[in-house]
Amino acid sequence: MMEKMKIEKSFRRLILIELLFPILLLVLGIYHGFIQVLYRAGVIQSTSFLGLDYYQGLTLHGVVNAIVFTTFFAVAFGHALILFYLKKTPHLLFSWISGGLMVLGTLLASYAILSGKASVLYTFYPPLKAHPLFYIGATLLVIGSWIAFFAWIPLYRSWRKENANQKTPLAIVGIFSTFLVWLMATLPLAYEVLVMLIPWSLGFVPTVNVMLARTLFWFFGHPLVYFWLLPAYIMFYVMLPKVSGGKLYSDFAGRFVFMCFIILSAPVGLHHQFTDPAIRSSWKWFHTVLTFGIAIPSFMTFFTLCASLEYAAKSRGGTGLLRWWTKLPYFNKDNHEQWLFPYFISGLILFSFGGITGLINASYTMNSVIHNTSWVPGHFHTTVGGPVFLSFIAMSLFMVARLLGKEIQFPKLNMWVPYLWMVGVLTFSIGMSVAGIYGVPRRTNLGISYMTSQPDIFRGLGMLWSNMSVLGGGLMSLSMVFFFFVFITTLCSKKKMEGHLYFPTSETYYDENISFVQNFKPWIIIAIVLIVIAYGLPLYDVIQATFYGSAGFTPQSPLPTP
Amino acid sequence: MPKAEKIIVFCSSILLILFFIGMIYAVRELNILLPTCITSVEPFKTGKVIKHTEDKYEIQYVARMWNFDPAVVEVPVGATIDFYVTSLDVIHGFHILGTNVNLMAVPGTVNYIQKKFLKAGEYSILCHEYCGMGHQMMSAKIMVK
Ligand code: HEM
Ligand SMILES: [Cu+2]
Ligand SMILES: [Cu+2]
Repeated sequence: MMEKMKIEKSFRRLILIELLFPILLLVLGIYHGFIQVLYRAGVIQSTSFLGLDYYQGLTLHGVVNAIVFTTFFAVAFGHALILFYLKKTPHLLFSWISGGLMVLGTLLASYAILSGKASVLYTFYPPLKAHPLFYIGATLLVIGSWIAFFAWIPLYRSWRKENANQKTPLAIVGIFSTFLVWLMATLPLAYEVLVMLIPWSLGFVPTVNVMLARTLFWFFGHPLVYFWLLPAYIMFYVMLPKVSGGKLYSDFAGRFVFMCFIILSAPVGLHHQFTDPAIRSSWKWFHTVLTFGIAIPSFMTFFTLCASLEYAAKSRGGTGLLRWWTKLPYFNKDNHEQWLFPYFISGLILFSFGGITGLINASYTMNSVIHNTSWVPGHFHTTVGGPVFLSFIAMSLFMVARLLGKEIQFPKLNMWVPYLWMVGVLTFSIGMSVAGIYGVPRRTNLGISYMTSQPDIFRGLGMLWSNMSVLGGGLMSLSMVFFFFVFITTLCSKKKMEGHLYFPTSETYYDENISFVQNFKPWIIIAIVLIVIAYGLPLYDVIQATFYGSAGFTPQSPLPTP
Repeated sequence: MPKAEKIIVFCSSILLILFFIGMIYAVRELNILLPTCITSVEPFKTGKVIKHTEDKYEIQYVARMWNFDPAVVEVPVGATIDFYVTSLDVIHGFHILGTNVNLMAVPGTVNYIQKKFLKAGEYSILCHEYCGMGHQMMSAKIMVK
């Protein structure tokens, strides 16, 4: 089953496009990440740099890195997992339509952003109003991803029928969980964008309920982060034990964790709105409780992965209570599959910081210290910029090389990419986080704040720490230069073998067949019930406590748009 | 389930319960409260400082592109202050640096929190939500005497 697999030409081309297109855009997204740290440290003291306004570039940075790249990757990865583990090919036409809509949507939204008509950041909170093409583009991207998912469902069903006495492969459980979470996330988003924002931006309706839109956005926003994280979890559970030379410690843990994410991803979004009006604090408390509930599967994952790594290290001759940690293939320069290990382990190390800072953010009372300060980007560059980003770029490179039959070029340089990134992110995040505790705000062109008679915060200690993030951002950018170099040289290298699809797949150490984690249905039902409880009354609150709707504003003017 | 797995689930549950107790303590004993849903106060159009008694103040803040009204306020040390915050245009932030007062100003709604300043000094208020081209200049001051 775990053999290399040949896939049909047209489908191969589709997957390649879905992997390469966002990597290309990523060049721009990463570029502006580096420019942002320069502004924020006062190196650039201007509203724009090389034709990109700060907030325009920040919109691009958020949209490309966190929405476009991740969504494309999840779809391409999903296609490949279905092909490889179910040995079934998704409907060709639907899959191409899905890919086409996603590319078209991305191009439309990019046009709106690059022409300066959509500098509303990736959260696009109304009543800041963007060009309609920004919303329409985002919608097409999401609909495209839905179509891909819908085309997988019949394949899953028929596989289950044909293999009634087998467990579904863990990777398939993972990718279906990912997209179930995505579907739950994007339904409220669809309401916000299709029913509220598009008619409003086209001028068909005069006003929009700002709090309602904002609450629907975060109803989407938290499951969004698990949509990013779950593909990384698939790699950690299914592939990491194999590439470290061991076995997955517990198959049940993997399945249970994915199911937990289905039920707990959505009803926790209010933890982004602790400081908001119009929502009763008791509901904020309820979402806090559920948010902490989701820490349990994360702790389980941490444990299971460490146990799997321990097994790997001990079968490589490691000993002792902790000494075995030194026996893992950290510096493996092979170019087959073990080179994934440095990427995965660096991501996991970053994630241990991301998990702890995440618990702080979600703590009902501590949140007011750091809400909307630069602590927050300090936190999420160790999550979405850590395990998610590292595993996604690694797997993109891995899949592209395999599909084209190429060998990874410059494996030694490739091995250092994730470590350099990890050190960069840690430096960056410490700088941003500490500055945040001093009160330095996020989403702010600090280069300009510098020049004014603004609060001391922009000159004192807070800024010193912000400057540290320049060093971190520089290391991150350097790491990406190396990555793109390896990527391009690999693309351009001579073909060494026949193009194929292959994923390293771990065996399992404890392989149980526990029935309550074998079916999605009960978990989906629990998820729906929880969502209704967790969001029904808060949405009622929001509507009750909003006194009037808002006309739109562009970022340039304090007067409403006509 | 292997035994070690059961142990880890048990231990992490205990750890989370301890965190919860910490939060409940912060809410009850340290009196750190979060804004809640208010329907009794209608959104206002101008800023106002109302002195109810010597040590009870009410301040109504209006956030708009790109300043706060009132821009400078003086209050005595130790007074109880009711902050009401709204916005006239887009979403803004309202963070009194060095304190737990951290609110969103959302048009069409009123946000509320209570605060006592125990230390004299000059406190800066920053808008910490992106609100357009002038966002990075949007701030105000509270003098606590
Ligand atoms: C060279 C690498 C990078 C650097 C130097 C960098 C730097 C930054 C900085 C300084 C901010 C805060 C800007 C502000 O709030 O004013 C930011 C925001 C952000 N970054 Fe990055 N970043 C990098 C890579 C990434 C990656 C790989 C991702 C995701 C996969 C990412 C996702 C985000 C997101 C979602 C935001 C929030 C945007 C917003 O607040 O609207 N970044 N980045
Ligand atoms: Cu969240
Ligand atoms: Cu503002």
